[in-house]
Amino acid sequence: MKILVCISNVPDTTSKINFTDNNTTFDTNGVQFVINPNDEFGLTRAMWFKEKQGATVHVASVGGATIEPTIRKALAIGADEAIRVNAEPTDGFFVAQQLAEIVKNGDYNLVIAGRESIDYNGGMVPGILASLLDMNFVNTCISLEIEGDKATAQREIDGGKETLSTTLPLVIGGQKGLVQESDLRIPNMRGIMMARKKTLTVIDPVDALSATQETKFEKPAAKGAVKLVDASNVDELISLLHNEAKVI
Amino acid sequence: MSVLVYTESENGKFKKNALEVASYAAEVAKQLGTTATAISINATENEVLGTYGITKVLNVTKDNLNTFNAKAYANSIIQAAKAENTEVIITSSSTDAKYLAPLVSAALKAGYAPNVVAAPESTSPFTVKRTAFSNKGFAITQINTQIKVIGVSNNAFGIIENATTAAVENFDPSLNDNDFSTKSTEIDKVIGKATIADADIVVSGGRGLKGPENWGIIEELADVLGAATACSKPVSDLGWRPHGEHVGQTGKPVASNLYIAIGISGAIQHLAGVSASKTKVVINTDPEAPFFKAADYGIVGDAFEVVPQLIEKLKEFKAQNT
Repeated sequence: MKILVCISNVPDTTSKINFTDNNTTFDTNGVQFVINPNDEFGLTRAMWFKEKQGATVHVASVGGATIEPTIRKALAIGADEAIRVNAEPTDGFFVAQQLAEIVKNGDYNLVIAGRESIDYNGGMVPGILASLLDMNFVNTCISLEIEGDKATAQREIDGGKETLSTTLPLVIGGQKGLVQESDLRIPNMRGIMMARKKTLTVIDPVDALSATQETKFEKPAAKGAVKLVDASNVDELISLLHNEAKVI
Repeated sequence: MSVLVYTESENGKFKKNALEVASYAAEVAKQLGTTATAISINATENEVLGTYGITKVLNVTKDNLNTFNAKAYANSIIQAAKAENTEVIITSSSTDAKYLAPLVSAALKAGYAPNVVAAPESTSPFTVKRTAFSNKGFAITQINTQIKVIGVSNNAFGIIENATTAAVENFDPSLNDNDFSTKSTEIDKVIGKATIADADIVVSGGRGLKGPENWGIIEELADVLGAATACSKPVSDLGWRPHGEHVGQTGKPVASNLYIAIGISGAIQHLAGVSASKTKVVINTDPEAPFFKAADYGIVGDAFEVVPQLIEKLKEFKAQNT
């Protein structure tokens, strides 16, 4: 099995989000970048396939040289090789087209991407990729087992979960559940040293459509002060929710 | 040229989000000077969509579509969009809709903007406001392609009546085995209870509840309010509650009318995930908990004392007000 894990370089989940250039650009000042959490669950599951089923695991990402520390982290976790498409990831449509090219040329039969990146929340890369490659596709995937070319996956649905049976080649939109939080790996020194020697191929982008663009950003409106209600007076809370907020 | 909206149903009945996306589609159609057509799959009572401004319903009736199948559903929508010469396709933010929308987008080379919170800001160029950075911000997204796909956030635009008459037509998309290459073998779903995705009220518990054995008060409060139950990330990581209940940045987003956080301190990732809820209530022993800065109403107090009182008083309130 040859697996491609697609990773996105995103602000750490604890980041405060600010915008600059007259609110047209995300302000990266002071922001720590990490592997997109939804992708990291997929990468960790891919490590399991590597260790238990002898899979080869490559990672791919679209971005400038500044994303290389994040790619190296994926190599330190255990991916065998990495590919960086040297282009600004303008939108999900553009990114999916770049990744599709890598999948076609690399003969991968399992592609794992996060269900969405936690920055732009497009949630479209795995689906568009599957469609461009005419591969099977499971989104919001919380469990994945592969035997031969048969795959059994579970996906989260509203109010529960669904089990699906499908075949490789397959694209997964992954999230927590593929592995648990406690299964995530912190690279050790040996992994970090080895990652430095692993192949990171930089390729030029192919001509591709950018279907959307972010023209401006806004921060949520500032919140008014909280109205405190005394713990012995829950009637007042009920009255506020009924008469003022009108939600019950 | 037209606007096409995918109106989701379950066991033949339209879901609440179907009425919201229908309302949204009618508004987009008005802005573009055209009409709004719905595509429904195995739905009955299609005429009801007329109440929300839909003038035509393409009704697909196929036994092999009784269970949701992303590829087959997407292909039905793609064929309907072609038949209707559609310019804008509207979907909801349900898990199913987010599964199929990128497939529709790719097939039609249509730009896709998910999590849209308001009617288009302009139609030429076509721009919409949507949440980004996991609800820590908003993006104004311009879609540059001829066909556009929009995912409307739950509970953002609202259900708006706009009475007209919906003409219902049968629509028979051509589907083959390849559309069913991924098969559903089992569905494990809570029946008859509100889900986080479509509940008006969500009651959520955190580590302050000290252990899974104490969840009775969360469930009882949720029952009284007809609410869905949810939990914070540490609670799901500890295995106290199923992962499907985890709300926040890497869990499910919440966009309910009322969100009640009990024993949740309010980490930035959690606050981001629930920020789209209209009214937020926090109950926590620690007055310095960050959630108090994000909430509309708060009680500083012990959940084990406050929540049982709240349950009793709400029962009295419900008895008087229904």
